[in-house]
Amino acid sequence: MSNARHIISVLLENEAGALSRVAGLFSARGYNIESLTVAPTDDPSLSRMTLVTAGSEEIIEQIKKQLNKLIDTVKLLDLSEGPHIEREMMMIKLRALKEDREELKRLADIFRAKIIDVTDTSYVVELTGTSTKLDAFIDAVPDGLIVEVVRSGPTGIARGEKGLTL
Amino acid sequence: MELSGAEIVVQALMDEGVEYVFGYPGGAVLHIYDALFKQDKVKHILVRHEQGGAHAADGYARATGKCGVCLVTSGPGATNAVTGIATAHMDSVPLIVLTGQVPTPVIGSDAFQEADTVGITRPCVKHNFLVKDVRLLAETIKKAFYIASSGRPGPVVVDIPKDVTDPNVKIPYHYPREIRMRSYSPAQKGHLGQIKKAVDAMLEAKRPVFYTGGGVVLGEGSAPLRELVRATGFPITSTLMGLGAYPMSDRQFLGMLGMHGTYEANMAMHETDMLIAVGARFDDRVTGKIEHFCPHATIVHIDVDPSSISKNVRVDIPIVGPVSTVLTDMVRLVNEHRRAPHGDALAAWWAQIEEWRGMDCLRYDRASDRIKPQLAVETLHKVTGGDLYLTSDVGQHQMFAAQFYPFDKPRRWINSGGLGTMGFGLPAAMGVQLAFPDAAVACISGEASILMCIQEMATCKQYSLPIKVVLLNNGYMGMVRQWQEFFYESRYSHSYVDALPDFVKLAESFGHVGMRVERPGDLEGAMREAFGMQDRFVFLDVVVDPTENVYPMIAAGKGHHEMHLSPERELA
Repeated sequence: MSNARHIISVLLENEAGALSRVAGLFSARGYNIESLTVAPTDDPSLSRMTLVTAGSEEIIEQIKKQLNKLIDTVKLLDLSEGPHIEREMMMIKLRALKEDREELKRLADIFRAKIIDVTDTSYVVELTGTSTKLDAFIDAVPDGLIVEVVRSGPTGIARGEKGLTL
Repeated sequence: MELSGAEIVVQALMDEGVEYVFGYPGGAVLHIYDALFKQDKVKHILVRHEQGGAHAADGYARATGKCGVCLVTSGPGATNAVTGIATAHMDSVPLIVLTGQVPTPVIGSDAFQEADTVGITRPCVKHNFLVKDVRLLAETIKKAFYIASSGRPGPVVVDIPKDVTDPNVKIPYHYPREIRMRSYSPAQKGHLGQIKKAVDAMLEAKRPVFYTGGGVVLGEGSAPLRELVRATGFPITSTLMGLGAYPMSDRQFLGMLGMHGTYEANMAMHETDMLIAVGARFDDRVTGKIEHFCPHATIVHIDVDPSSISKNVRVDIPIVGPVSTVLTDMVRLVNEHRRAPHGDALAAWWAQIEEWRGMDCLRYDRASDRIKPQLAVETLHKVTGGDLYLTSDVGQHQMFAAQFYPFDKPRRWINSGGLGTMGFGLPAAMGVQLAFPDAAVACISGEASILMCIQEMATCKQYSLPIKVVLLNNGYMGMVRQWQEFFYESRYSHSYVDALPDFVKLAESFGHVGMRVERPGDLEGAMREAFGMQDRFVFLDVVVDPTENVYPMIAAGKGHHEMHLSPERELA
């Protein structure tokens, strides 16, 4: 049984507790959850959540049904079912002493990342892309130079003119 | 009309047509209790423990089909109600639980009697609300009733901080007649294409069987179910929760299925080529080991909740919709269909079923000089003429009642099937008796279960509820003892109740009638005497054979064809 990765978008009522209902659902039913991001949309009464999970076809089907069953869920779309774009944002703090500064700057350029904070001894690099691209950047940083990594978790949107709206 | 938050709560209950609120006062709900005091339309029933309150409201809901309403205070009031809420949730019972909360400014400060009620109840409700603004109170209560009673029903908690019910803050009152929610719209009809596909497949079948559950009762599908079963001539079995939706005394009914189901029902499940599941959820007590479940069958599943479909067992023809409308559509299609059910195949199938039925799997020793629990249930049926609302606790007595009391109407058999809550029966019976004051209402229980909510005998006295408790007293937690006998080499670890009260005196001390029966010959007379006291609560302590076990039995993790019958008739 294959455990395919799925990225699911959910429009939720922007109510207190909506997030904990989703989180609680995953822990109560023992579903796997890799990441979860949520923020209000252009309509302040709605939040959009993106969650990444993995499981067999049956489990993913159940996850979607259970999410739809939550009273706060307005709409749901499994982005993995069609062409879509995925982006994750990362900020990574690097130890940037004299001898490493050039190399790290070059690395940032190669990945089209931005250096958004500089001190005598550190850089903060901002990078957006697919999760695998962020992984690749982390792998490319020379050993021992990573101070801190913060990632947003993936968000996504379907390609084409159709939107996940009301 | 300008009302305070407390008055809004009470007025909203009136506007919903609520007859009874089962509750217990406390600090955070004092404003609401004051508003209740000033009116007499909504009757408040003072229970003796919040668990009893939730169960009583639940029993009322199961018997009537209407929402049950329970009112408790913050903190321990709410946590005590949690078992009752979870019980209702597992059996999809429409319940509104109004909980007091500490005032909004002190929420989160560990205030006196504060608990995160919305957080605690989240996993065991259909939905819950914390109302932080009195202007949202009426609409929220309307939403609560709508959510609880529509689609697949369930409990809804409305948590109301004390300051929101402040009697000095009055606002204009408007109770919406209808409510629409963009995020919630349960299915109103089944998909006609799917229904046709199902009917075509059903009429092709050679060994069909209906498997019906609590959803038929909850969804008022009993009448079209009867029509459909008769129109097709198919056999039918039911889960514990669905008993009575189809008349159990009818020939087409095979008895309950599952762990303690009949031989004929479980064998039919194993051999069927067409399973028509209606409002049932393929619970583990029904399916046994999934790998052995209905190995030859095409499965049709009708359910209003899409998440029930293909949850435990892969379904071939799913139909999402209210069982009542889907079954009605099916009856019409079957009657219009060019093809009749498969006559010859069906006759052969019935011949096979009759052979299984001939095993007489529920036979027991009727000549015993001790009262067999089965005899007690059969006598109860005889004495009440089948016209009874029977609530139950959880354990052997529950299974014996399900096996030996043939319910011919829905909403007559009221028990905690999903959560299996000991202590449910007595308070649930209070809700039933209040809903139907002139009906015969009994609670079948065991000496272990009954002690879990025994305090409600005081409530029964206060409101003169003439419930009959039929206690099958075997001195053990019978079902635990049975499992220990079978699976733990008879090591009866803590399943013997060593210090039982004198139930006769106990009942008398609460102001009721207590009776004790020890000999089979006295049983019927005692029951007739008890049910003859139409205006009294009678506690009938029936001393039964402590060694009796519930058969047939499918051990956990086994298939339907691996049933154990009682020892003298064990299958080879």
